[in-house]
Amino acid sequence: MHAIWFAMLSSMLTAYAVLDGFDFGAGVVHLFVAKTEEERGRILAAIGPFWDGNEVWLVASGGVFFFAFPRAYAAAFSGLYLPLVIVLWLLVLRGLSIEFRSILANPLWRSGWDTVFSVASSVMALVLGVALGNVIRGVPLGNDGTFHEDLFAIAGPAVGAIDPFTALYGLFALCALAAHGATFVLWKTEGALAVRSRKAARILWIITFVLGAVVMGSTALSQPTFLDHLVARPWLWPMPAWTITAAAITLRSLATHREGHAFAGSCGFLASLLLTAAGALYPTILRSTIDEAYTLDSTNAGSAPAALGVALGVTLFALALAVSYFVYLFRAFEGKVRSADTSRIH
Amino acid sequence: MDALPWARLQFAFTITYHYLFPQLTMGLALLLVVMKALALRTEDERWNDLARFWGHVFALNFAVGVVTGIPLEFQFGTNWARFSTAAGGVVGFTLAMEGLFAFFAESTFLGLFLFGEKKLGPRGHFFAAFMVFAGSWLSGYFIIVTNAFMQHPVGYARSPEGVFSLADFETYVFNPWAIWEYTHTMTAAVITGAMVVASIAAFWLLEGKYTAHARAALRLAVVAGLVAAMLQLFPTGDRQGKLVAEYQPIALAAMEGKFESTARAEMAIIGQPNVEERRLENPIVVPGVLSFLAYGSFGATVVGLNDAPRDEWPDNVELLYFAYHIMVGIGTLLFALLGLAALLLWRGTLHRTRPVLWMLMLAFPFPYIATTAGWTTAELGRQPWIIYGLLRTSQGSSTSVAAGDVAFTTIGFMGLYLLVGILFIVLFLRQIARGPLPLPETSPAHSAA
Repeated sequence: MHAIWFAMLSSMLTAYAVLDGFDFGAGVVHLFVAKTEEERGRILAAIGPFWDGNEVWLVASGGVFFFAFPRAYAAAFSGLYLPLVIVLWLLVLRGLSIEFRSILANPLWRSGWDTVFSVASSVMALVLGVALGNVIRGVPLGNDGTFHEDLFAIAGPAVGAIDPFTALYGLFALCALAAHGATFVLWKTEGALAVRSRKAARILWIITFVLGAVVMGSTALSQPTFLDHLVARPWLWPMPAWTITAAAITLRSLATHREGHAFAGSCGFLASLLLTAAGALYPTILRSTIDEAYTLDSTNAGSAPAALGVALGVTLFALALAVSYFVYLFRAFEGKVRSADTSRIH
Repeated sequence: MDALPWARLQFAFTITYHYLFPQLTMGLALLLVVMKALALRTEDERWNDLARFWGHVFALNFAVGVVTGIPLEFQFGTNWARFSTAAGGVVGFTLAMEGLFAFFAESTFLGLFLFGEKKLGPRGHFFAAFMVFAGSWLSGYFIIVTNAFMQHPVGYARSPEGVFSLADFETYVFNPWAIWEYTHTMTAAVITGAMVVASIAAFWLLEGKYTAHARAALRLAVVAGLVAAMLQLFPTGDRQGKLVAEYQPIALAAMEGKFESTARAEMAIIGQPNVEERRLENPIVVPGVLSFLAYGSFGATVVGLNDAPRDEWPDNVELLYFAYHIMVGIGTLLFALLGLAALLLWRGTLHRTRPVLWMLMLAFPFPYIATTAGWTTAELGRQPWIIYGLLRTSQGSSTSVAAGDVAFTTIGFMGLYLLVGILFIVLFLRQIARGPLPLPETSPAHSAA
């Protein structure tokens, strides 16, 4: 039962990263690929109908995490205290920038919010990567099931949420989501904006693949169990193949101007990468760097299996409903965004 | 200073601030459905124009509600790790369901409601409005079930280590406390929505503009507000009070500033609790009424604070007492105002009775104050427990977080929310100034400059 909930939570977080990832990524490249106020308006119109629903994946994942693995939820969020609260502030500012920017036509108002949107999105992408880095690296969990990390520790004995290893993950997430976002903007727009997005996407994907190799190398070297799990679990083997195929499709489609395929490849790349990580991590949720015995895994941090069993059906039903909403939403708002006017589905 | 008071201040501040927005969106959601239904039935375009206008107000409030709501779910983990560890297997369920069932529906259909009027057609647009209403009211129910568990825990099992798990889903989800707390809260949200709609309609009438729209809106708001205000007092408020008397008698004593246990217990209309000397100063009381309201009999004995262990008293008796009295006082006054407005409406003179229009225009803050006071009553009355009778608030906070960290983030939230508040007011006033909206060829709010 715990394994099922682990898989469900990983899938929901992956969906969150892929979906909110494209609107974070659009934010990262916002100031660079869109030069005029009209172009920036079009990027916001492109993510406008989706971003709020995308963020619901975070809220829903948070709820499922809280319910299924309360000990790990409590330990992770109180231990990674400052990074998490900063994430919350950024999410507030970012949501406001998307919703408030276009209400007033004043150019100063709009350029101010464009900057807030872009900076908040970029830092969010970095922090999401750092968070993943912490989960993979492990945290100093003690025997009371809690830990405390400073915000950063460049050197020395103190353990920080941001250290060279997790910073590398942050940088990788920033580039990967920027590439993902540029691909989304390319898919949804046309004209000079699309031309610049294509160029940005191609450069960013190359950097992402190079950084990805570095990240995988350093993970394999510093986290031997991670690699052992990967090798020992044949059901995970197709995943890396998917990752490489998706990467190839993305690059190829960018070159051949098949933008929908490029975005699909981009989604597939991120999803398979994250699911591989989750599969190799299982059953660990938070690894203790102090003593393996203190590690929180899906069993010792999990809720009572009987309750999880009863809740499973209703949760799966709700997930199916949510997926159907998204399919409908993407269809209702299909096609290129031709103006900054979000009322285009009239 | 310890981290605990900071953590409590942070939760109280962020949730009080947050709830200023959903109470309007939940109330407006119902009124929007009624407007769209009236538009379908009567083919009167005014209802569509009004739905469009209030839809934009809804969207602005919704956006602020969303961004201020996300921090709350994660605050359980950051500041209340021991509570989360103990109770996540119970309360996490309803929080997860809220996201999965309510928020996905709400976010999807709100976009369609705001931008899809032409494409969806009248029936489709009504359906989108209905789904936004269903999503937001469902989300309210899941949150109330979560709170009701903390007020009156049911349907759980507890391990020897003190960890709660869900033993009976049906009992948990249909907690009697949740049923009455929910209906009481939702009728309050309808009053807030109705009073805000009435306020703007009265403003238009006093200014002499959009009068045809204003008269329609005022009629709807006054009728909806009066019905909600009646339900607010009876049965929802009445039943909620009886539940408090039954399960939280100490909280009831503190709410009434009652120290001595007596039969024929009096209800305090006015008075200032002096906790040090254990008496109510300058009291004006009605004998027997509290016994009747709490237990249905004028002779029933009501327990006073003196007969409860001191360490089980709510830790802020004064604020609890005043919050409760403010809620009841404003609730009664709003009922009277809406009753008067309804009487004039029935006689057909409301739209030209300027003093009453003035009162309606200026009364919009009071439902917000009453609701905030009501929640303050509920949450202070629960103290000193985080799960009533089972887990103390002082046993729920995070142990690994320093007071300085919580102080930093509390001050940060205050600064950020001050900014949010200023921006909200600026944009809200601009939206109000636009007036009821005809269906645009292209939406002026979003067209490129």
